Formats: sequence, structure tokens, C-alpha cells
Amino acid sequence: MTAGRSRAWRSLSVTEADMSEDSTDEIIQTLPLDRWHRDQGARMVPFAGYQMPLHYEGIIAEHLWTRRSAGLFDVSHMGQLLVSGEGSDVALERLMPGDFVNLDVGRMRYSLLLEDGGGILDDLMVTRRSGDFYLVVNGATKADDIAHLHEHLPEQLVLNHLDEQALLALQGPKAVDVLARIVPGVEALVFMAAGAFEIAGIPAWISRSGYTGEDGFEISIPAEAAAEVATLIAARPEVKPVGLGARDSLRLEAGLPLYGHDLDATVDPAMAGLGFAVPKRRRAEADFPGATRIVRHLAEGPPSRRVGLVISGRVPAREGAPIFDGEIEVGAITSGGFSPSLQMPIAMGYVAADSAIFGQPLQIEVRGKRLAATVAAMPFVPHRYVRKGS
Amino acid sequence: MTIYFTDEHEWIAVEGGTATVGITDYAQSQLGDIVFVELPAPGSNVKKGGEAAVVESVKAASDVFAPVSGTVSEINNGLEEDPALVNSSPEGAGWFFKLALADPSELDGLMGAAEYKAFCETL
Repeated sequence: MTAGRSRAWRSLSVTEADMSEDSTDEIIQTLPLDRWHRDQGARMVPFAGYQMPLHYEGIIAEHLWTRRSAGLFDVSHMGQLLVSGEGSDVALERLMPGDFVNLDVGRMRYSLLLEDGGGILDDLMVTRRSGDFYLVVNGATKADDIAHLHEHLPEQLVLNHLDEQALLALQGPKAVDVLARIVPGVEALVFMAAGAFEIAGIPAWISRSGYTGEDGFEISIPAEAAAEVATLIAARPEVKPVGLGARDSLRLEAGLPLYGHDLDATVDPAMAGLGFAVPKRRRAEADFPGATRIVRHLAEGPPSRRVGLVISGRVPAREGAPIFDGEIEVGAITSGGFSPSLQMPIAMGYVAADSAIFGQPLQIEVRGKRLAATVAAMPFVPHRYVRKGS
Repeated sequence: MTIYFTDEHEWIAVEGGTATVGITDYAQSQLGDIVFVELPAPGSNVKKGGEAAVVESVKAASDVFAPVSGTVSEINNGLEEDPALVNSSPEGAGWFFKLALADPSELDGLMGAAEYKAFCETL
């Protein structure tokens, strides 16, 4: 991982180096909505191998608009996969710690692809549909994920990469009213439920889920219809297009980890604070990769863990900044920035178990100075998911 | 007063032996919402091409290199309270610091307004 402080100034005319996850020799592809974003005035940057919109009118304005109304995100860089064939549920449980055998049709779970040692290869969403499992994986890791699934899934199962599907997310307190007017019936979905719908005659797979902490939907549609659907949704006065910049600040406020930053193969689900993704039956059966280590860490507590940090003053602490508890270096920041909602710097990082206690005062080193920080409960901004029965 | 521009998107307004330094409108538009500016200590010496300030946007921290050498005579304390001044008035109320010029010949070769505008259009 690189330090948060980028050399962006020297390469200002190119891009914010910090936003890019690519080596410069990699070919940067365009997404189905490339023209649409440019027409909306987006500043485009390379991210996860694609040209993506960083922002349109500005990160803070888009962030606050999403919290107050509804933001439309293009997340077509993410990998959409289908696993089908008899025994798909059992086979997926060999690679991930989720309960897929007992997952109902039209329901989804957050899960983790694990390496044999228990390290996290990716985080993803897994939905059971009537005839298959639908997986949404991170853009930067999708090629590795596909290779991993091909290698480890039984040969009789079929893995399809839906690379002709675009993925949009509509997030915010007004998302449900907006989408229900365009797609009657979506309001009946609860958080982490999904189903097949039509938008203006276009087949759409829609889930009530997202990556902002707000109520909202993720909408999978054929790439060739993406611009039509985006235009239809963005035409509503409650909706504005929102870029990657605000997507990152929203998920940080929501306490949601970002793969490649807050999660990687050096940490396991217990260290990452993702014990909820390892339900009781799976812990008891302990038959997923790295189960011995993960079950032990869940029971006894991991040696270090992911925590939230609120920082005094206005200086943001970025990825890579070391964290101290008095004189002892106890960890490092993995994501950090300025919270538009709270108007203060916030961060996530990993710290040694003895220091990972809510309210613990810690210090973060930024440019040779120590910033005062406090371990805080996440989310920093409360989630507003619409759950069953609410 | 003469205003110079650098290819690193800084402006330098020179009056007598004093230079006021800030970042250009193009720079602020590329950086996006600015949430913090770290300025050099008054009385400190900065060297042409050396680190002089840090601009924190929501997303990233960026170095600002001194466009000319000199001694910092004054900093814009208004940026502590309202760093967004750099976005709203980059070439006015959002100035960064003032320098007593060490070597006015360092200004030779910097761009004027028209030349800088043409430079930005090539980016």
C-alpha cells in the first residue's frame, strides 16, 4: 500500500494518483456510460482499469445530496457473475464463510472469498435466484476472482461473467420514491432482497442494497440500455449523478471497508470486524478456507482489528499513516478523509487489540506531527437501511 | 504589480521585493473541494522547487512547491478557518503566503497570464 499523500501535484494534469488503482502501463477501458458521464460534465479518472467519473459538480455537494435526496452511481466496473448447476450452494460454501444452503430465493448476503490461510481475497454480494447464484465482486479484483472460482468450483458448475451488463446504484432517502415511480413494485423489496423487474421494457435485476449506508437500490441492466435507464432516473428532480469521490466518502462515513485498502489477504474476517459474515452454523462446521484461524480469532479475539477513528482538528489522516498509543506504534490507517456530513476528519485503520477499545485516545502521525484521535464506533453516520418489518 | 504563473499551476503576484503566492483556478478545479491547507511557518525559508505547502482535498493530499525562493513574511490565516476560499477565490482571498524574494531573477522564464491560459488549454 502507498502512503495517502500523493504526488498528484506534479501530475496534476493527469489525475489524482490516489484515485487510481492502476499501473500506468495497463490499458484503461471505457464503460458503457462513458459518453453519458462526459455529457453530464464528469471529471473522468482511471480506476480499477476503467475510465470512471470522479465527480460532476463536486465531491462534497454530491455526498450531501446523496444523504439528503438521491444519488445515481455508475458501478459498472464491478464484476457480475453467475454460478449455476446442482449443488452451487454447497460449492460456494467451500470457498466462503456464508450460509448459502439456507439462503432463500431473492435474498442476498455479504460474503468473503478466502484463501486457505484465512486471508481475504475479495468481499462480495451473493444472491440466490431461482436457478443460479448472482455474485457482485470488486472491479479491481474480478479477474483474479474469476480465476479463483474457475480453479476451485466443481467442474459440473457453470460460471458466467455478465460482462455485457451495466450496474447502477440509486442511493439516498428519496431513492425508493423515485424508483417506485419508474418501476412499480420495487418498494416491496427490503434491505438485502432482490428480484427481476422491467424498466421501460428493459429487463432489470434490482436489489435493495448499496455502499453508502443509505436506503437504496442496485440495478443490473444490459449495457446497451444503460444510457436510457440512467437518463430516465437522472431526469427526476430528486436525483443527481454522483461520482467515485463521494462514493468513497459515503462508504467511509458508513464504516464500510474498501477492498485493497481496508481489506486484503493479510487480514481475516475477525481482524476486519466482519464476524457477522461468518454465521453460527459455519463457525461450528468450520469447513471454509482458513476456518481454524478465523474461528479461533472470532472466539478469542484477533491480535489486531479494524477500528474507526475520529480525529481532532481539520487535518485528514490518509492511508498508510502510522498510529501510536503513546510511544508505541500500534497500527496504520487504511482509509481516511474528511467527512462532509460530520465536517471533521475520520479514518479506519488496524490497531493492536489492546488499543482497539472504543474511546481509547490514540495518535496518528501525519507529516511528522501527531494528530489526536479517538477510537470510535462505526458507522460514523447511522445506517438507514429499510429492513423487514420496519 | 506583475503576476506570473508556473506550469505547476501556481500564481505569483510581485510587488517590489514581495511575492504573494497561491494556486490557480485551474488547479483548484482539478483538486476539487479543499478541506485543509498546511502553510509554511512565517519566518521560514523556502527554496524554489522545494515543498512549501500541502493542500488536502476530500480525496487526497497534494504538495505545493515553492515557485521561487525566499523568506515567508506572511501567511493567509483565513485559510485555517475557511479552506474552501481556495475553491471560491483561488486568485484572490484564497492566497497562500507572501515571500521576501531571495533572487528576483528566478522570475525570469515564468509565464504571463495569456501564456498560462494557452498552456492550460493544451492540457
